[in-house]
Amino acid sequence: MAETVLSIEHVAVHFGGLVAISDMNFHVNKGEIVSLIGPNGAGKTTAFNVMTGFLTPAKGAVNYCGADLKGKKPHEIADLGLIRTFQRTSVFPNDTVYDNVLIGLHRQGELKGKLGLAEAILGLPRARASEKAQRARAAELVRWIGLEARANDLAGSLSYGEQRLVGVALALAAQPKMLLLDEPVSGMNASETHTFVQLIRNIRDRGVTILLVEHDMPMVMSVSDRIVVLNYGRIIAEGPPDEIRKNPAVIEAYLGQGAKDVVKEVAVHA
Amino acid sequence: MKQIVTLLCLAFFASVPMWLTDPYLLNALITTGIFIIGAMSLNLLLGFTGQLSLGHIAFFGIGAYVSALTSLGFDVPIYGDFHIVHVPWPPIAGFLLAIVISGFCGYLVGRLSFSVRGAYFVIVTISFAEVVRLVALNWVELTQGPLALTNIPSITIGLPGLGYLVLKTKFHNYYLVLAVAAISYFLISRLVHSHYGRAMRGLMENETLAVAVGIDVTKTLTLAAVISAGIAGAAGSLYAHYIRIIDPDVFAFISTVTMVIMVVSGGKGSLAGPVVGGVIFGLLPVFLRPIMPPEAQWITYGVVLIVILFVMPRGIVPSLAAKLGLARAGGTRRASVAVSERTAEEHA
Ligand SMILES: Nc1ncnc2c1ncn2[C@@H]1O[C@H](COP(=O)(O)OP(=O)(O)OP(=O)(O)O)[C@@H](O)[C@H]1O
Ligand SMILES: [Mg+2]
Repeated sequence: MAETVLSIEHVAVHFGGLVAISDMNFHVNKGEIVSLIGPNGAGKTTAFNVMTGFLTPAKGAVNYCGADLKGKKPHEIADLGLIRTFQRTSVFPNDTVYDNVLIGLHRQGELKGKLGLAEAILGLPRARASEKAQRARAAELVRWIGLEARANDLAGSLSYGEQRLVGVALALAAQPKMLLLDEPVSGMNASETHTFVQLIRNIRDRGVTILLVEHDMPMVMSVSDRIVVLNYGRIIAEGPPDEIRKNPAVIEAYLGQGAKDVVKEVAVHA
Repeated sequence: MKQIVTLLCLAFFASVPMWLTDPYLLNALITTGIFIIGAMSLNLLLGFTGQLSLGHIAFFGIGAYVSALTSLGFDVPIYGDFHIVHVPWPPIAGFLLAIVISGFCGYLVGRLSFSVRGAYFVIVTISFAEVVRLVALNWVELTQGPLALTNIPSITIGLPGLGYLVLKTKFHNYYLVLAVAAISYFLISRLVHSHYGRAMRGLMENETLAVAVGIDVTKTLTLAAVISAGIAGAAGSLYAHYIRIIDPDVFAFISTVTMVIMVVSGGKGSLAGPVVGGVIFGLLPVFLRPIMPPEAQWITYGVVLIVILFVMPRGIVPSLAAKLGLARAGGTRRASVAVSERTAEEHA
């Protein structure tokens, strides 16, 4: 029996009269790559906001590693190892790429015990060792994500695709057990996307469970173990890529948007 | 490189009383130095967390009153026959208490405002300063109200083997202020270069993202407020023991404005910014006073500020640093990225 890392139970979100999510139920097992897909406005980002404590659902619960996340603040949820990236490019624009990752390493920098602050200010050995470890780790992450050449450039000056990579490096710096990626390859070209898929697999192979929101269907089909399809705030299908590709309700949902091409494209890449 | 410049500046400041004997100028330097300490503490909030404390002088004033009252003693009737009596303690105890109590006030103000956020901090700090000023003005049994606390003793320090030194002269006080300023500068520098400082910068630049990587907003900002208020309290204490008389005017709003001007003109978010801005706007009035009438002094003051911000919108230090190519992404960082030679594969 696979171990469940994240489960969404009967979650509903309303914005005034608009039902953004209604009765959402699904789960993600440890070590899986699950994709959450659906047309624009389906409620995918809203679902992420609920899981990470940025939104309180009107109904339902989110369980992560056996704990109910109800009432937890975003930084507390991050502390549990549930880390997200954002759909809109999200970096610390006036800091270098390297410093961005260093900020992301905040959790690693916290020294155990009450005297952490004094140790940091006075530069005592433990704080110095921790600082050194953080810097080494940041350098590794920058290199690993492939941005070594841009390490000392301001994150805000990078291309859109590169900024997305910084966003992922930042998230990895926060030591996720589970990673929520919101449209990570939007703005990347085909070869960048290809590299990114390798990266995601790589992250998963290191034991990080992944939930992915993405519009790039070929990418979703190739990388996912399972796919959850959302439309108008409702889950309309769930299953492995092969099933989802053929599911009439899914094709309908995308066709309704005039996205015939997507379906065709998926067939080509099958 | 940066450290050498800092040390040279420190050496220069330390040499000043050797060649500058004019007591009027030395006095101006001491009060300016005290306000520079206040401005540095304000910069920790404004420049490194983006939070504007428009009541910052409250922490300074509380430090001044706490230190003065600790070293003067008091006898305050509370209810009926019940009095709180405090016998005078050495001024150095007052100095330490000033830091602790001002820091605690910073904690309260931070807790109160940062859990709510937005423009709240500005409003809470302004209100706090006004409330404290009214207390100082009206609780006459404790503070003497507008009659002022007078005869505040000078700070005395015990030197091992040499007995006690009363820091009475301008010469002494100059070095006392310089020492406290240097220590404050050092502490702030260490703080902002630690992971606490990075958390502050993250929150200032992109709060949503910072929170998503596990940075606790309330805790981080409150920490900055406590340290900032504590340092402001230390400055207030120095002020009380140097001027030796304080009244509720120490809480004047204009003093906060002066500190904000020092920070913004010198460059917020730059460690040296408040020092540079402080020297300029602390000493400017001293040089203007003999050569023009008061109205013209204020106009000149304003014009100088506007010109600085027009030519160097980010403040003097950051603008000059950018021009000289000493921008933040300096050579030292490049080296640190190259430290690890291991392959990335192993570590992701
Ligand atoms: N803060 C908000 N206030 C009001 N309505 C919102 C808010 N956030 C999202 N919505 C609405 O909720 C619905 C779901 O939005 P959501 O951003 O979750 O969609 P999505 O699936 O992420 O879409 P996309 O693929 O375009 O990113 C949309 O109709 C959106 O307009
Ligand atoms: Mg979205």
